[in-house]
Amino acid sequence: MKVHEYQAKALLARFGVAVPRGEVTDSPSDAREIAKRLGGRAVVKAQIHAGGRGKGGGVKLAKDPEEVHDLAKKILGMTLVTPQTGPAGRVVHKVLVEEALDIARELYLGITLDRSRGLPVMMASRSGGMEIEEVAAKDPEAIVREAIDPSTGMFPYQARRLAFALGLTGESFKKGVAFMQALFRAYVETDASLAEINPLLVTKQGDVLALDAKMNFDDNALFRHPEIREMRDLSEEDPLEVEASRFGLNYIKLDGNVGCMVNGAGLAMGTMDLVKLAGGEPANFLDVGGGANEEQVKNAFRIILSDKNVKAVLINIFGGIMRCDIIAKGVVAAVREMGLSIPVVVRLEGTNVDQGKAILRESGLKITPADGLTDAATKVVAAARAAGSATPSRPEWEI
Amino acid sequence: MSIWVGKATRLLVQGLTGREGTFHALACRDYGTQVVAGVTPGKGGTIHEGIPVFDTVADAVKATGADASMIFVPPPFAADAIVEAADAGVAVIACITEGIPINDMLRARAVLDRIAASGRGVRLIGPNCPGIITPGECKIGIMPGRIHKPGAVGVISRSGTLTYEAVDQLTRLGLGQSTVIGIGGDPVNGTNFIDCLKAFKDDAGTEAVVLIGEIGGMAEEEAACWVAGNFRKPVVSFIAGQTAPPGRRMGHAGAIIAGGKGTAAEKMKALEAAGIGVVRSPADIGRKVKEMLGR
Repeated sequence: MKVHEYQAKALLARFGVAVPRGEVTDSPSDAREIAKRLGGRAVVKAQIHAGGRGKGGGVKLAKDPEEVHDLAKKILGMTLVTPQTGPAGRVVHKVLVEEALDIARELYLGITLDRSRGLPVMMASRSGGMEIEEVAAKDPEAIVREAIDPSTGMFPYQARRLAFALGLTGESFKKGVAFMQALFRAYVETDASLAEINPLLVTKQGDVLALDAKMNFDDNALFRHPEIREMRDLSEEDPLEVEASRFGLNYIKLDGNVGCMVNGAGLAMGTMDLVKLAGGEPANFLDVGGGANEEQVKNAFRIILSDKNVKAVLINIFGGIMRCDIIAKGVVAAVREMGLSIPVVVRLEGTNVDQGKAILRESGLKITPADGLTDAATKVVAAARAAGSATPSRPEWEI
Repeated sequence: MSIWVGKATRLLVQGLTGREGTFHALACRDYGTQVVAGVTPGKGGTIHEGIPVFDTVADAVKATGADASMIFVPPPFAADAIVEAADAGVAVIACITEGIPINDMLRARAVLDRIAASGRGVRLIGPNCPGIITPGECKIGIMPGRIHKPGAVGVISRSGTLTYEAVDQLTRLGLGQSTVIGIGGDPVNGTNFIDCLKAFKDDAGTEAVVLIGEIGGMAEEEAACWVAGNFRKPVVSFIAGQTAPPGRRMGHAGAIIAGGKGTAAEKMKALEAAGIGVVRSPADIGRKVKEMLGR
């Protein structure tokens, strides 16, 4: 799960990580009052989940509270397009108003899981403000890494090694070491999967603060962090994906026109690959899970069809624990309820496959059966192509 | 021939009395697995579906000589169940549970590593996996037993249904399997590709291996590197997620392209460079094995 910058900073502050003074608001007049409390000069920062906000015009420096008001007014409600939002952009609902600081240096600090070593790793680099992937590609030597055992925490010498590598000295060195240890504690105790401070700021006065903060959390650990779960912002997520999650379905919207309904995440990815190999483009990833019931199958079908780009649907089921007759009943029920205006290709294999096929055949619905994976992909891509090129008055697939 | 589990394996089930635990324990027993005990704290001393239930894994092991465990404990308690089994001396632990917090798994792994370093063998399979099966002998997990057939192809996979797909293709082509292992879809797991490959290398009954990977992490690249230097039997591989967008978690907790790393294209390139027969389509797995075996 992702959170906004202001939420990440509030969490980090609880663990003693130094962050700039600031407050969040959705109103320009509040923004003016916040700026007054901060002493006048302030930075107005759009709060959306995507990065690259500065490049898109979502982060602005104001010299006084009036300018803060005007900038907040401009930024609130705007559709911010950044390299990470895609062309559609994101609407800004909140701004963070923060004290403006005297920047001496901008560094990078991040923690994430190193899957090969099976340990969290803190990464530090002197190239603050740059994407870490970019630094890794251009100059891998510039990133210093420290693997840390969560059961012992970060030892002071590990933090010192990183602080020396960052070229911190004097008071900044001490503050940097404390910052890193606090950051690691926050990462472990909140069950974060990513904590990224980019840039990590060294002020002219020698203070070390998180100028920006990004945190992601392990979805599987949210049950023990109700206060973090509360921070979820549904407006940042695709409405269809939010709806699918309500039914325990794993759905990710993509750009193609072939809807896919599959059981199992690996097979769902494999099915998308098959569609692509057959010359089509998948409209979604959808895993109905291992033990889906008729109701879930119905909802899955409805969600796939609510994507207006979908021109044909491929249902690919390998019934292991899941029974093919259950899937077939769900599909028939969904089609009866919603009607069917686009072609549906169904490939069933595994437990109770004959009963499943019989249910589809005897339903009288225009459902195209497929034999095997390749046949299914070829048929659905052809159907999507035919439907895509049809005139607006294309024939309905009647029941 | 096979690896790790077979006719002699004595299985206990942690979480036996739950709905899932009961259903799959009975399916394993029907397949022919010796299901000797169940563990549900607080229900010790009872008999469930003819299987004796114990309060602790240690009690179950002591009373029944169980040497393998299958875990169906809910995610918040599953890492604890893994460590309890390891502490009680269980040699093979298959954790089916999906959704265990990463930090819990890191702690559990640290304990397993310590036990392994002390010289006592302990093997965790999963979590978030279908389990392990030696066809015709022993099924530990949720895979449909009847699609399998005893034979000489080893299968290792990060996915569930995609594994069934591959096994089904092999069986239809007359190619049986030695042992099929689902290593799971989580970013932190127990047994990895290389552990399985090492065992298949030493298993005279395994003539070829199918390796099913997916986007995320570096496990396939590491396996490719190991195969290039150490493994002479034919290997066929499919990587799921060639069309997956970066930055999105595709169902499995570990299936994500992060920071431009973990793409299917990179993995396929590494596997091909190691002489592995990489197929683009999951429909071609069985056929490719047959071709590489020259049958």
